[in-house]
Amino acid sequence: MAIQKAPVDAVIVGLGWSGSIMGMELTDAGLNVLALERGADRTHEDFAYPKPADELAYGYRHKMMQKPKQSAVTIRRGLDERALPQRKLGAFLPGDGVGGAGAHWTGVLIRPTPTDLALKSFADENFEPGVLQEDMQIQDFGVSWDELEPHFTFFEKVCGQSGTTGNLNGEIQEGGDPFEGPRSEPYPLPALQDTQNTVMFDKAARQLGYHPFPNPSANVSRAWTNPYGMQLGPCNYCGFCSKYGCLNYSKASPQTCILDALKRRSNFEYRTHANVTRVELAPDGKTATGVTYVDGDGNEVFQPADIVVLASYSLNNVRLMLNSKIGKPYDPISRTGVVGRNYAYQVGGGISMYFDDIEFNPFATAGATGRMFNDFSPGNFDSAKHGFIGGAKMHSSQATGTPISMPLPKNTPKWGVGYKEALQKHYGHHMKLSMTGSVMSYRTNMLDLDPTWKDPYGMPLLRMTFDWKENEQKLSMFMRDRLREIADILKPDYRDESFQLEGSHFKVTSYVSTHNVGGAVMGTDPSTSAVNRYLQSWDVHNVFVPSGSAFPQNFQANPTDLIGALTYWCAKKIREDYLKNPGPLMSA
Amino acid sequence: MNRKEMMAVLAGIGTLMMATTSSAADNDETIERGAYLARAGDCVACHTAPDGEDFAGGLGIESPFGTIYSTNITPDKKTGIGDWSEEEFAAALRDGKRADGANLYPAMPYPSYARVSDEDIHALYVYFMKGVEPVQHQPEETSLSFPFNQRWGISAWNWLFAGGEVFEPKADRSEQINRGAYLVEGLGHCGSCHTPRGIFQQEKALDDSGDDYLSGADLNDWLAPSLRGKGDGPHGMVTWSEDDIVEYLATGRNERNVVSGEMTDVIENSTSHMSEEDLRAIAVYLKSLPANESSNADVAQTGEEDNTRAHLDAAKDLSSAERLYLDNCSACHFNDGMGAPRVFPALDGNSLANADNPTGLIHTILAGAEMPSTEKMPSKLVMPGFAWRLSDEEVADLATFVRQGWSNQGGKVTADEVSRVRDELHERSFSTAPASVIDGEEFKKRSGDGNGTRPEHNQ
Repeated sequence: MAIQKAPVDAVIVGLGWSGSIMGMELTDAGLNVLALERGADRTHEDFAYPKPADELAYGYRHKMMQKPKQSAVTIRRGLDERALPQRKLGAFLPGDGVGGAGAHWTGVLIRPTPTDLALKSFADENFEPGVLQEDMQIQDFGVSWDELEPHFTFFEKVCGQSGTTGNLNGEIQEGGDPFEGPRSEPYPLPALQDTQNTVMFDKAARQLGYHPFPNPSANVSRAWTNPYGMQLGPCNYCGFCSKYGCLNYSKASPQTCILDALKRRSNFEYRTHANVTRVELAPDGKTATGVTYVDGDGNEVFQPADIVVLASYSLNNVRLMLNSKIGKPYDPISRTGVVGRNYAYQVGGGISMYFDDIEFNPFATAGATGRMFNDFSPGNFDSAKHGFIGGAKMHSSQATGTPISMPLPKNTPKWGVGYKEALQKHYGHHMKLSMTGSVMSYRTNMLDLDPTWKDPYGMPLLRMTFDWKENEQKLSMFMRDRLREIADILKPDYRDESFQLEGSHFKVTSYVSTHNVGGAVMGTDPSTSAVNRYLQSWDVHNVFVPSGSAFPQNFQANPTDLIGALTYWCAKKIREDYLKNPGPLMSA
Repeated sequence: MNRKEMMAVLAGIGTLMMATTSSAADNDETIERGAYLARAGDCVACHTAPDGEDFAGGLGIESPFGTIYSTNITPDKKTGIGDWSEEEFAAALRDGKRADGANLYPAMPYPSYARVSDEDIHALYVYFMKGVEPVQHQPEETSLSFPFNQRWGISAWNWLFAGGEVFEPKADRSEQINRGAYLVEGLGHCGSCHTPRGIFQQEKALDDSGDDYLSGADLNDWLAPSLRGKGDGPHGMVTWSEDDIVEYLATGRNERNVVSGEMTDVIENSTSHMSEEDLRAIAVYLKSLPANESSNADVAQTGEEDNTRAHLDAAKDLSSAERLYLDNCSACHFNDGMGAPRVFPALDGNSLANADNPTGLIHTILAGAEMPSTEKMPSKLVMPGFAWRLSDEEVADLATFVRQGWSNQGGKVTADEVSRVRDELHERSFSTAPASVIDGEEFKKRSGDGNGTRPEHNQ
């Protein structure tokens, strides 16, 4: 018999970015709010200087990540394969504990473009029928740039976003991204310092007629006090950002930007080691009555609540919906059902360049340090004639200078004298040219419940079916050729390449990206989306899912800004309409 | 009853009802005002044991004569002050007399509270009787050494050093300065820490008629700097504007410095809850007190600031102390020693770094420091302690470097001094305890706002 807790107005599953934002917004509205976090707490003690600067513990042993034995995903590349569970994290690294991935992210805080939010409409206007793959299932987000813009602006103030403005209310600004959607306000803070690689990239890109600008950053360039009164300290360029908690209060995270303010509120509470296994539904299946979780002592607990917010990692939100029977599961054969549909990802690729005589000083860098250009995002170039849709952020970033992760030329031994000699020769002489590409959604890239494997609580694991498709391979080839042109200008002494070209398959063992999106996508049509444009479940109206799982496909950049903005957008609708009149916010 | 009589009766009932309503409103208002005044007096700081219930007493306060345990001031009839009359309450606050006639120990700042007005005493009394939950809790008995173990001893002390008058506004200064003086001298009892003490541990002055008043003191080896803000000088309160003072009291941080030491709790529990108007009155008052020559010794601008920075920037031929600074401190405080406003305090010109007694600085290096979470600035920014990482010699080197770098003019620190502070660390737990893992229930218990106020927030 489950322990029964006193009811709350709203329960939030997961205390990362979305959960923390929802905590602020719903307590603001006067609700009693409880957040349940399956991991441990993470406080300043975890981030105390110089503890996080430990590459072995955090970079390789994944101290801040979920453990596969608790929350593995099973993975296969096609419907005819048998999925196997991860034994070790590899391609993606979901975060664990309070702050979630928001505590260990790199800190690139960038908006999608207005076109990215309405990609299906863009495709319909610009692509002849038959150009795009038949099994592609892209669609519009169902929310417009103008609707989201105020929420981007606010979230970026929460984070102290640092960068150079490119489009202020339609006026193009020197030095910024001329392709960005119009901002209502400039970046809160100026861009990070330049480094050797950003200077070289900038020059070469301009020579080719591109429009480079500093990577938009949530590693702050100056001291910053955000709208909650929370404070960030100026970044000291230690380079321990991605996979690490910031030791300097300089990277925006739930901890640095929200949690001390939220914890002061008497109508907020959070419990750690509270692993939510399912959302409980009323007998008619139309509303949720609360959630069931397993506490740190292994007890099953029922937490009644009027509103359930699924703010866990995107993959886990989809799994919770499936395990709770919220919405119809997706079937790739009949192409019906919505939960698990349109899982998407990010495609990377790049050229590693080695210069014997140039010092890049990578030990002095920030996670978001880099230059990029958006000349190859959708709508800014003609991809139809190359037979693909989507785009890539083209950049030279230098996120860290930690020694073990330092790239070395191909065929360098992985250990021993040869490795050490190569590290000594090449450390600090490496510069990367990268593409970060969009990934469309397809009939067979999907999530469902694994028929075989279960977690320690007896709940089925999530099964991921994913592989690279021709569209992304063509995109990668096109972007490779553009990056080669930049490399030719820079003339490295030695170079290596890595791209997902024709015939390549998804590899789970080496890191690709933790931008796992989709699976519970948003939209205006309940036959193709699991949540409506306000991130409300079509089927269970008091369940909201503000998460990367809402992306109908992935765009060519980092998801955090959009997830933050969508969460504020969702919260606004709850506060303004749902609380007054609980029920479906859109008619099916 | 004719119609006229009826009207009269109805009117009477109406008046009665109005009277009742307005006295109930009065009561709520008085409780609220009393709660505010209890904040201004920071009663909770001393009358609450670590992890204890608010106002239930039991905090051990160290004095040169032994440990004084605070009493239970909740309205519990058995262990608290539930049976006290308003007169008895007033006598305790102003004269240090317990309801049974015994003397209170002068850890209770009754020499300051003597200045509190009748009206405010009344509001405090109503608050403690009606606005505070009774808690049955008998704190530990205090036993002190001579002469404070003698009733006549305290009587004699009181006769010599206490027994001041209720505050009288001075006609020759503004209402605002008078308000500031009233708060500072009375409930704020700022002089308890910031006024130097005499041979009998009495404050050398209880109001601004004395030059020693608020001129700075060494408090348990920690500098309680001079608050006298009128005048010129390179360091200290004279360089602060009124806005700086208001911001500091409201949030524990301003452009120049961030709070550390005992003042951290004062800001968290007391001043951050006060109105902007009252904080400004305090600021204006402090800026009206002429600084003493001695407390603001002129430090010549030597250009040393640039030398220190240039040497650290160049990173050539570094001394071991400079290396320690670069490896442990410069990430936040930077090579120019200026930190970042409101986040990382400046070390150049820092009052703790320049204090005659280096203990505060040593303690901060060893144990770290934590900013208070306040309504306006909720970030509990933490400086980690370095006790686990640096030896006594290294801390001494580093502290000496900080005390003599840039424009600082502090003295040399020895490893023996560091060793002494390290030994005391476990006893003086200020900001050494990590928040560790706090789950929801525990968190609620700890932070759950037993103070009856829910911080407002704005975004």
